[in-house]
Amino acid sequence: MTAAGSAPLLDVQDLSVSFRTDRGLVRAVDRVSLHVESGETLAIVGESGSGKSVTALSILRLIDTAGSIDGGRILFDGEDLLRHDEATMRAIRGDRIAMIFQEPMSSLNPVLTIGKQVGEPIRLHRGSVWKQAYERAAELLRRVRIPDASGRLKDYPHHFSGGMRQRAMIAMALACRPRLIIADEPTTALDVTVQAQILALLKELTREANSALILITHDLGVVARYADRVAVMYAGRVVETATARALYADPRHPYTAGLMASIPTLDGDVEGSRRLATIPGQPPDLAALPEGCAFAPRCPHAFERCGQPPPLEETEAGRFSACHFRPPSGGAQGASPRMEQNAVTR
Amino acid sequence: MTDALLQVQDLKVHFPVREGLLQREVGSVKAVDGVSFELRRGETFGLVGESGCGKSTTALAVLRMIEPTAGRIVFEGEDVTGHTRASMRSIRRRMQMVYQDPFGALNPRMKVQDIIGEPLAVHGLAKDRSAWRARISELMDLVGLLPDMADRYPHEFSGGQRQRIGIARALALEPSLVICDEPVSALDVSIQAQVINLLVELQERLRLTYLFIAHDLSVVRHISDRIGVMYLGRIVEVADRDTLFKNPRHPYTQALLNAVPLPDPELESRRPENLIAGEVPSVRNPPTGCRFHPRCPEAMEVCSQEVPVLHGEPPTGQVACHLHPPSG
Ligand SMILES: Nc1ncnc2c1ncn2[C@@H]1O[C@H](COP(=O)(O)OP(=O)(O)OP(=O)(O)O)[C@@H](O)[C@H]1O
Ligand code: SF4
Ligand SMILES: [Mg+2]
Repeated sequence: MTAAGSAPLLDVQDLSVSFRTDRGLVRAVDRVSLHVESGETLAIVGESGSGKSVTALSILRLIDTAGSIDGGRILFDGEDLLRHDEATMRAIRGDRIAMIFQEPMSSLNPVLTIGKQVGEPIRLHRGSVWKQAYERAAELLRRVRIPDASGRLKDYPHHFSGGMRQRAMIAMALACRPRLIIADEPTTALDVTVQAQILALLKELTREANSALILITHDLGVVARYADRVAVMYAGRVVETATARALYADPRHPYTAGLMASIPTLDGDVEGSRRLATIPGQPPDLAALPEGCAFAPRCPHAFERCGQPPPLEETEAGRFSACHFRPPSGGAQGASPRMEQNAVTR
Repeated sequence: MTDALLQVQDLKVHFPVREGLLQREVGSVKAVDGVSFELRRGETFGLVGESGCGKSTTALAVLRMIEPTAGRIVFEGEDVTGHTRASMRSIRRRMQMVYQDPFGALNPRMKVQDIIGEPLAVHGLAKDRSAWRARISELMDLVGLLPDMADRYPHEFSGGQRQRIGIARALALEPSLVICDEPVSALDVSIQAQVINLLVELQERLRLTYLFIAHDLSVVRHISDRIGVMYLGRIVEVADRDTLFKNPRHPYTQALLNAVPLPDPELESRRPENLIAGEVPSVRNPPTGCRFHPRCPEAMEVCSQEVPVLHGEPPTGQVACHLHPPSG
């Protein structure tokens, strides 16, 4: 997993989280294991409801009262975050671990100035007086390239454009030089050209500080541009992890392979057929998961053994996949049978 | 041109801005400001651009669900600009829309058969109830839904299935033009491909013409024959799909293509990071001259002073930029 002797900055082991809903108990995250090193960007990808946000919120212990963490360990710098009390967690959030959410408008307080909000974590965690906190806030806003930064400390969030608000959120997240930043769909609400600016900035600043970044997204282009490693989630489980390059060049899990095959690309050949490969069927209902592999009803390789849950196993150095099927060679994609090419699937 | 199904000429949609107690009109938002394009029979014309650039407003004005402020719309050879609401009704049968949000667009209290069959009933197109039901089954089958599910309600369907219901409803009146406004952007990646394939298949079977609006450039590239790029209420470039992606001429088109990350880490690592600064300005107060000039890396003096006109012939494409003047 990691070079001998150096433990990863964050090491999530067998994390399980469930929610009580009116449809019964929902296992939103099921024995998830993943890790991130300092200076590294890990992307978590998966469809809506696959458990990406719940995983992120669990790391910060921000799951709401309908949910509970049923098991696992979340080792951060060697300490298990699941053993901390709320006061200790409060001291960690916004200091050593920071989070950036999708909607900057709902995570910025509309009645507080930008200066107060960016300065607050510095005052809280570093015990600075407001004068110093404001100075540092201005410096941070400059670093996220907000023009006339000190002049804008007195502005309210509604004076900022969508892109500027997201920059302010990044400034807030960076305020205490966190070791780990978790960004959950940080640019989904923004225009493409602005999205590219923000992600490039986030990547540059985390690299500079040698922090770790967990980037949650459903955009496989964003993953390819910014991630070092990727964890693919399906129905609450991590089904595959690999370096970004290895994952795209040779996806191992049938779900990952299907996903890669079904995206139209900007450079591929469209002349031949306008049909995209598809993954048949629907994402599963978490309240009624099959006993074995959750992907089995949609999987072209499913066989008897898939009625048993497949463990996440290391298939070669640095690559993990949770699948019973072992392609002869060349990965799941190269092996027959291929994903359905032509049928319009129901 | 004879094979044009739809011609849009110098379309403008300006919304009044009212202020104060008396709601006096103090100005206008020029959401669509001089848009021209043409759809050939059987083709897919993609319209791309960032949020608020006027893509959906253009679509709604073509359907006359919003009144255009100026311009001409010619559909199936007929100038429909002067039509009254009543005479638009028969024309609207031939132009239908598929919406982005498969959750919001369907009435939750209606059964699927009523959602799909409503346009048939409104236009008196089924001679009796059994003909009506038969046509609904046929439509459901066409879009890959099981006709047995006709009695169910929208909430019993997944996002992808709901988008199929919306498509079946749009096809009920046998339109020649279907306007798809972000038809897959609310869907999961694995479901997007299913819906895109369905649209492609239906186009071939029913000889449909699509106006396909989306912000996802790879989806648009996949499905379109020709593409128009919009920026702040204007079309800045129109070209064939391949020309546009291989040889974009307008600096905004180039910026947009550079900004989109490709799903290939190998390619990405070799790509120069060449991003434009700034954000899309507000349409309430658009820049003078070329609306892109404050963000354009190649802006010249003339760009802030004169509006570049869209010019050029279909094979090479059209562009509105002072770097590419008409004669050159
Ligand atoms: N507060 C909650 N109460 C009940 N169920 C919840 C709650 N939060 C999440 N869930 C459920 O947990 C599952 C995983 O949700 P999660 O938000 O982690 O998905 P996600 O992968 O982040 O999806 P998206 O891409 O849509 O953001 C879903 O079935 C969701 O409905
Ligand atoms: S475990 Fe079986 S069903 Fe699941 S992905 Fe692998 S082959 Fe397919
Ligand atoms: Mg989420």
